[in-house]
Amino acid sequence: MMSESAGVHAVHGAHVHHEELGFVRTYVFATDHKMIGRQFLFLGLFMLVIGGLLAMLMRWQLGWPETPVPGMGWVPEPYMFEGIVPPQTYNMLFTMHATIMIFFAVMPIMIGCFGNFLIPLMIGARDMAFPVLNMLSFWSGAVGGVVMLAGFFVPGGHAASGWTAYAPLSASAIYTGVDWGQNLWNISLIIVGASSLMGSINYITTIINMRAPGMTWFRLPLVIWSLFVTAILLLLALPVLTAALAMLLADRMLGTHFFLPAGGGEPLLWQHLFWYFGHPEVYVLVLPAMGVTSDVLSTFSRKPIFGYRAMAMSMISIGFLSWIVWGHHMFLSGMNPALGTAFMMSTMVIAVPSAIKTFNWLGTLWGGSIRLTTPMLNGLAFVSIFVIGGLSGVFMASTPVDIFIHDTYFIVAHFHYVVAGIVFGLFAAVYYWFPKMFGRMMNETLGKIHFVLTFIFFNATFFPMHFLGVAGHMRRIWNPLQYEFLQPLQGMNQFISVSAFLLGLSQILFLVNFFWSLFAGKKAEVNPWHANTLEWAAPSPPPHGNWGEHLPVVHHGPYEYSVPGVEEDYLPQTTPHALPVTAGH
Amino acid sequence: MRYHEESRPRSSIRVQRIWLRNVSGSTGARPRNSPEIHSAAGKGGRGQPAVSNARLGMLIFLGAEAMFFAGLIGAFLVFRFGSATWPPPGQPYLPVGVTGVNTIILLFSAYTMGRALRAIRRGDRQGLVRGLLVTALLGTIFLGVQGYEWIRLVHFGFTLSSGTYGATFYTLIGVHGLHVFGAVLWLLVVLAGARAHRFSATRHAALTLCGMYWYFVVALWPLLFTLVYLS
Repeated sequence: MMSESAGVHAVHGAHVHHEELGFVRTYVFATDHKMIGRQFLFLGLFMLVIGGLLAMLMRWQLGWPETPVPGMGWVPEPYMFEGIVPPQTYNMLFTMHATIMIFFAVMPIMIGCFGNFLIPLMIGARDMAFPVLNMLSFWSGAVGGVVMLAGFFVPGGHAASGWTAYAPLSASAIYTGVDWGQNLWNISLIIVGASSLMGSINYITTIINMRAPGMTWFRLPLVIWSLFVTAILLLLALPVLTAALAMLLADRMLGTHFFLPAGGGEPLLWQHLFWYFGHPEVYVLVLPAMGVTSDVLSTFSRKPIFGYRAMAMSMISIGFLSWIVWGHHMFLSGMNPALGTAFMMSTMVIAVPSAIKTFNWLGTLWGGSIRLTTPMLNGLAFVSIFVIGGLSGVFMASTPVDIFIHDTYFIVAHFHYVVAGIVFGLFAAVYYWFPKMFGRMMNETLGKIHFVLTFIFFNATFFPMHFLGVAGHMRRIWNPLQYEFLQPLQGMNQFISVSAFLLGLSQILFLVNFFWSLFAGKKAEVNPWHANTLEWAAPSPPPHGNWGEHLPVVHHGPYEYSVPGVEEDYLPQTTPHALPVTAGH
Repeated sequence: MRYHEESRPRSSIRVQRIWLRNVSGSTGARPRNSPEIHSAAGKGGRGQPAVSNARLGMLIFLGAEAMFFAGLIGAFLVFRFGSATWPPPGQPYLPVGVTGVNTIILLFSAYTMGRALRAIRRGDRQGLVRGLLVTALLGTIFLGVQGYEWIRLVHFGFTLSSGTYGATFYTLIGVHGLHVFGAVLWLLVVLAGARAHRFSATRHAALTLCGMYWYFVVALWPLLFTLVYLS
């Protein structure tokens, strides 16, 4: 629709029109993909802190049940009774911890922030395909966040039926006593779904249509591949959740009986619809972290990624397989055992592409000149944590095992190793791209101390949960001491709680480092890590329009490190190279 | 906002008024003989993208819409084929005859929409306005008939809370009706643009998108009609 002459203007005229945008257009209702990315980062970090604090309250209750939480005496009844967490509040805490972490921390940071920031920069475009849609995506996400937080302040408290909102618990206020909390929860997720949909439309269109000259599909960095697959998963999964949420909301507010057995409804239908979304959602969360890790590992091993095409293809097959495994969340729901077996098989098949990725990461490290920078340490931690979470996943995929450990702390351990393990991918991404994003370096020493503490306390928190689970500790329980067989495990619960508090405290180091570096960090060079991908060819931070007068031209794949015959140990994608380049072909 | 032709921001990042515009910096926006193309080692940047940004974005959006309806239809199927008698005892049969005629009206509107789009491709603005007007009228008639039937059903005592039969009927058909309503509103916006001579044979992206959306809501209806009224 653009005429040829307009196109010429577009490419060569970007520098011509550099009138200053006002404060509001630059920082608030920004349409620049980099600013939207930063906005998502701050939104996500804020919510990450809130989600983390909710977890701390839960851990206090589990470690020292029915004793006042220190410093929380001011919280009014009925949320807390002189600092003591009542059962209803405990239900609210675990529901909102998961909801906030998944939809308002990991998704905004990994997809909203890094998707927006990296896609145009890494494919060599000037912005997203639909900048205004992009702005709406952020602001609807922010509105969704406000609606979600508002739920804490309505009578009856916030949603307390778990992040999975299983019906009929969630479908009627008579079960949990939660009225508007659950309604706001529903409405907020519908809004956030629209936000993610707008993001997905942008990501897919931009990646398909706006790659720089020479940027073929198999020259895309793996983080872009991961975001592309993620966007497709979101696009096809979220609308199903939206449909289910609309029906749930109708049950609650309009008197329908979709999920209420009393009126002929079908509670299992909710589980099917929810997990049809929910399982792809797990990969929505983890795939971008895998992409980040691939880029970081290759850069700091100074080696091409091992098996580039296999890495891209395994992400596509993970994306595809994630559609046909949702039933493994429902082995104990009364599902037909034959169907359960089918879901068990398809779930185990996912181990294949996941193992391909893991072995390729190891192959990338093998023989590399590894540089243990903060992003690299976090990337390595992501791989090792993902292996533990992946292996416990294989346990649970097997129906006979799952029947034993279903809804125990083993599950809690598993999904924290997979989903909370994403924070290592998240930290790797923040430490790695901070210089490009804000033009300053983060402090390496502080970063390494933060990494070591986080890694130790992460494992100290989540690994013992496996033992608790096998011993029969239920997943969602307010006071484990009410069962005699759980009382001997209380020491372990307290150990986990102390580790969790220390894990939380360690994050102060990250926040200090982040905000201190924002203002006083060392000025970043254009390419501080000597990396190949396109974003490092733009200034730090990149200006509006990213590329100055000419779009970058791409000559080869993104992982040409230590190429024989090249003087430096890296070869940026924009540097022409006469030698035949084989890796990443 | 009137700019001089020269000073008018052309670059996509500056054109923020219409977000569904093919943004500059896309591979399609390169001059044919620029040296960049010759030095490009690969073929990543083709001349013009096969599908423009706006159309691709719309297709992706329709994919999401299809999944949304798939969720609702899935719920309907569970209840429809999970119950021994449908409609359940005491519940009314749906007005198949009237709705059948209504179906034909809606399907015909796809034809008139097609005529409108063909007209603008020829540069025939009058044909465009006529086609859009008839399409919007047919859409409105469809909604009117649906609304009338709903009123009769509600008077009969058939509501959202009439078990799963009523719940699935009103949500599935109601959500589709809302989509038709949205599409008619969009048609009216586009119609106003057509009357203000905003489209030409070469520039009518907004029309194309509106047409895609219209085809989607029309194409969905026979499926819903078959499932909800005939099955």
